[in-house]
Amino acid sequence: MASNRKKKTVLLQGNEAIVEGALAAGCRFFAGYPITPASEINELMSAKLPGLGGTFIQMEDEIASLGAVIGASLAGVKSLTATSGPGFSLMQENLGYACIAEVPCVIVNVMRGGPSTGLPTSPAQGDVLQARWGTHGDHPIVVMAVSSVSDCFSVTVNAFNISEKYRVPVIILSDEVVAHTRETITLSTPETVEVVDRITPNVPPEWYLPYEDNSRGVPPMAAMGDGYRHHVTGLIHDAHGYPTQRPKEVEAFTRRQFRKITNGFYEIQQVKKFHMDDAEIAVIAYGAVSRSAHRAVVRAREQGIKAGLLQLITLFPFPKTAVVSALRQCNTVMIPEMNMGQISREIKRVNQEKTKIIKHNRIDGQFITPDEIYDKLLRE
Amino acid sequence: MPQEMTELRDKYLRHDKKFPHVWCPGCGNGIVLGSLIRAVDTLGIEKDDLVLASGIGCSGRLPTYVDFNTLHTTHGRALTFATGIKLAKPTLTVMAVMGDGDATAIGGNHFIHAARRNLDLTAIIINNQIYGMTGGQHSPTTPYGCKATTSSYGHIEHAFSIADLAATAGAAYVARGTVYHTTMLDKLIVQAVQKPGFSVVEIMSNCHIQFGRRNEMPDPVTMMNWFKEHAVRPDQADNIAPDSLDDKFTIGVLADVEKPNYIEEYQHIRDRAKGDS
Ligand SMILES: Cc1ncc(C[n+]2csc(CCOP(=O)(O)OP(=O)(O)O)c2C)c(N)n1
Ligand code: SF4
Repeated sequence: MASNRKKKTVLLQGNEAIVEGALAAGCRFFAGYPITPASEINELMSAKLPGLGGTFIQMEDEIASLGAVIGASLAGVKSLTATSGPGFSLMQENLGYACIAEVPCVIVNVMRGGPSTGLPTSPAQGDVLQARWGTHGDHPIVVMAVSSVSDCFSVTVNAFNISEKYRVPVIILSDEVVAHTRETITLSTPETVEVVDRITPNVPPEWYLPYEDNSRGVPPMAAMGDGYRHHVTGLIHDAHGYPTQRPKEVEAFTRRQFRKITNGFYEIQQVKKFHMDDAEIAVIAYGAVSRSAHRAVVRAREQGIKAGLLQLITLFPFPKTAVVSALRQCNTVMIPEMNMGQISREIKRVNQEKTKIIKHNRIDGQFITPDEIYDKLLRE
Repeated sequence: MPQEMTELRDKYLRHDKKFPHVWCPGCGNGIVLGSLIRAVDTLGIEKDDLVLASGIGCSGRLPTYVDFNTLHTTHGRALTFATGIKLAKPTLTVMAVMGDGDATAIGGNHFIHAARRNLDLTAIIINNQIYGMTGGQHSPTTPYGCKATTSSYGHIEHAFSIADLAATAGAAYVARGTVYHTTMLDKLIVQAVQKPGFSVVEIMSNCHIQFGRRNEMPDPVTMMNWFKEHAVRPDQADNIAPDSLDDKFTIGVLADVEKPNYIEEYQHIRDRAKGDS
């Protein structure tokens, strides 16, 4: 096959690229509720899904949207919802359900200023720890951040793959800047995108235990209606899926949730490195801010400063190994964020006190510019 | 035990774990479960093809006991999950069992929108006029003046009529039954499942423990008698003086309208979208 048939170059905004990524990953169900700056994802899904035999539905709120997404996934269809801060807050209850029932699905939160209605049209990164801990109870979670239109495509494909492989909800944090920036990207055609589907049972139905542990900690998942009748609940459950309060079963259940993510850590941990090989000062950034950080690092290098950028794509499980190696390598690490320091807190937790950490926080609804980061790098 | 009952029990109840059940002796939920099983058996639906979803509450535990594709969701949200399942796999028959608080307090918004949307789902609402599981707090259907643990001086709010709410919101089929009138109840559930579009069966049921005991009906028999004496069939309603209807309620089919259902409509959209591309 001629390679030019495998790719097409298009001008897209971040929200549109998320839709393209989701469709390429096999997503065929979307439920959502309109909200700035995520609405384009809803609109585009409503236009594209029916022609692909998929389903779009606008629900009455975000609680319902995630409920429908979980339902569709239980019926075997890869599902997506997209929202922003206020809607993400409403989703926390059913997000916990997706965790405990181990239902693959992807939730996009295009962050805007908050709390509450906040700054609806301004970028922010205030929901990082909400994504981590927003739903109640002890649970692992996968959170990924996008910084560019091309990220929006590839990270969304990846998010679906991880959610299918580990039977977990995956949260994609975008922000107002990435959502509405238009960039040219080269789209891989569906045949060239690596797509992972959940493992389904290969035993006869009477042998199927929907929540039985195995070496990966990820039980095969049968779709409703496929002959493997079983019970799904938000109560802690045994291998049959039935509610249990027996301490041993409860502990085994919860530990397995963490173990499956720990087992997959090196696959789930995704970062990008620029000029990190010989860096003495590193910027650690994520989301749109890493774009400015990249520019600042390039300029610093032109001035002979040995600067590098560690861009975090996976925010949770926290990419400890990548961050620790940057901390060990560099004298100084700078962390620019559009919040008061949500990831810097995590980075400080793994710093062994040897590396100097400089925070740079903007909370005025304005984007962090390359100049701001560059100036701080120069001062070090 | 009559043979027919034993057969149904063996065919539909889960044997592998879940008994004894969590309900109080004499709870109306068991009668609803029996009626639901008989209806499914009458309809001849394959167990693999039926999804039974529920919310949270005593009523929410009902799916655990039956051998269908069962789903115990979050409080009030059963219909949202059911919506996703039905849209993803329209060949499945999807039912949702909810409590009165579940369906019309925390889940009230989902309920009216499901009715408006007219997706082919069957909502079974067990109306025991109280929050059973959490200990007898008042619900949106607790009658004016009644006692609950959060209205110990008598309830000052007014109750929803779940059936009226459903009909006004646009449900294609609405019926009300009771756990006393079980022959009728079986039929209503059968009709509701057969009806394309959103259908609702509101079932007046006894929570003698949390509701009855505080309201001079401390046991199942007293509550059954109350249902018997206060339920009015639509054809009888015309012959009763309006003021003596006050504490009565109608049972039977209360709305049955023809309108396009969501699955049909969405298929047209898919056909058009494919034509356009
Ligand atoms: C979000 C949330 N709020 C509150 C509860 C606590 N809760 C559990 S069951 C219930 C009420 C149940 O009453 P009803 O829906 O009428 O069902 P019943 O128990 O009477 O069958 C409540 C408030 C919960 N589980 N989730
Ligand atoms: S508390 Fe009421 S509704 Fe719950 S099981 Fe007991 S009698 Fe039934």
